[in-house]
Amino acid sequence: MDFSGFLLMRQEVALTAAMLALLLYDIFGPASWRQHLRLVATVAMAAVVAVGFLPATTGEAFGGCYVASEMTALMKNILTVATLFVFLQIGGWLRAGERAHREGEFYYITTATLLGMELMVSAGNFMMLYVGVELASLPLACLAAYDKYRNKSAEAGAKYILFSALSSGVMMFGLSYLYGAVGTLYFSDVSAVVSPTPLALLGFVFFFAGLAFKISLVPFHLWTADVYEGAPTGVTAYLSVASKAAGCFVLLFTLYFVFGRIEGIWYAMLWALSVATIVIGNLFALRQKDIKRFFAFSSISQAGYIMLGVMGGTAQGMASTVYFILVYLFSNMAAFGVIAAVEGCSGRTDIAAFDGLRRSNPRLAFVMMLALFSLAGIPPFAGFFSKFFIFAAAAARGEYVLVFIALVNTVVSLYYYLLIVKAMFINEAEGEGLGRIRTDNYNRLSLVLCTAAIIGVGIVSAIYGYVGDMSAGVALK
Amino acid sequence: MIPMHYYLILSAALFFVGVYGFIARKNLLAVLISVELVLNAVEINFCVFNRYLYPQQMEGMFFSLFGIAIAAAETAVAIAIIMNIYRNLQNIDVRHIDSLKH
Repeated sequence: MDFSGFLLMRQEVALTAAMLALLLYDIFGPASWRQHLRLVATVAMAAVVAVGFLPATTGEAFGGCYVASEMTALMKNILTVATLFVFLQIGGWLRAGERAHREGEFYYITTATLLGMELMVSAGNFMMLYVGVELASLPLACLAAYDKYRNKSAEAGAKYILFSALSSGVMMFGLSYLYGAVGTLYFSDVSAVVSPTPLALLGFVFFFAGLAFKISLVPFHLWTADVYEGAPTGVTAYLSVASKAAGCFVLLFTLYFVFGRIEGIWYAMLWALSVATIVIGNLFALRQKDIKRFFAFSSISQAGYIMLGVMGGTAQGMASTVYFILVYLFSNMAAFGVIAAVEGCSGRTDIAAFDGLRRSNPRLAFVMMLALFSLAGIPPFAGFFSKFFIFAAAAARGEYVLVFIALVNTVVSLYYYLLIVKAMFINEAEGEGLGRIRTDNYNRLSLVLCTAAIIGVGIVSAIYGYVGDMSAGVALK
Repeated sequence: MIPMHYYLILSAALFFVGVYGFIARKNLLAVLISVELVLNAVEINFCVFNRYLYPQQMEGMFFSLFGIAIAAAETAVAIAIIMNIYRNLQNIDVRHIDSLKH
């Protein structure tokens, strides 16, 4: 028997090993070991990240169900790095109160969802994609409901599981019609025979709608704000970065490589959806009072920008999309690290909790400011360059109207991002304010890394060059 | 043999009944049942397309099998979460689960 296929899957194999090791450690380790669980989980995740950075191998396994390329390796690295940040940030929260005795659950449920996302990215067959999507979203519902004695968290879990079940049902319904039209589920075979017949188009539209639920594009975004607000803060960070990034990567691959022959159809759909997503995400973000809800709408509008890059349709479009997601990862993670620190101290998640943060915690306020500037796209931070490349990719297609709409919306988004900066730097805290927040070393490390990345990733042009080479390496069309 | 489009009409009807139930039902368990209707519509579709159009291969049947297994896992997780809501609120009516609405 030939096991060489598993060598291609080494990121998944490493992740599975880490997951099982954490599970066994949690169940069978003596109580005195348990206090090191956080360290063990972080080191295990860091080891998985390190495995991902070994030189990539390319090829197919399991008869084409699983595809590995340098691009998929890079995408999986982005996902694992996001998870590592979540582990660093949420560890302190997991230790507190009644949650302490089930700390281990969080780590291996999270690694299970990450495994699902990696399988999504590497899928070469729609059945494989479906299994990956479900493996990613079922445990994620458990994570959203993790804080089980708090009504909001339980409610967020229920909303997430029901919406994700419906959206995967819609997606599968589309796949069934697509299967009826083309008679195969392998990406490479579908891409060779798909044509705009009514049945195939019906299938494609349903499939696209199901995927748009996962990325929370308008008008499929209705679950987003509630789930983001109700879920524990670390889980919200995970949802807004890793889950969304995995969905975008899948969309990128399927649109480019599977439905490349009906590009005219999905191009028009994406045009309308990206405009609606950017505008509505922005307008609703303006009126939010809760910071997690605010970031839900901010992430919706960021997804609209990501779609702009996807529409580029070339190697440049792919490079700008992946680069945008990379930068978005660091900016959002920095912001959520600060939110977690403030929530851990005050127990509040409304924007007013940030009043006067500069006076009480200047360094946290500084990190939050950098993160918001990067999300808004102010030079010289990384967010400016990522937005610039996205716009350049769309402009290369001659989409000047779309770029103009997106630019106007960038100005709108600047206003609401600066509202938080104003709260931190200008508003005075009511009463005594927050006092000095002591973040633990793990969270501090994550904030330092994110800050360095926000400043560095944009200026070090080799990073974009690296992403660009990867994209050019993936044969387009 | 029964013509193929009879099955397709059945599955399309099941799908839309499921979507309607998802929106209209007020009990979380009924909402979950509606989602199951959607998934069943998918599985009928796959089997029918496989049997009528591509009888020489089995991909559609396999997809249905995987779909059934995953739907079971989905139900288990969803019911666990719904039970947790019941413990917190003593109620699983969607009209009462609105703490995130405001």
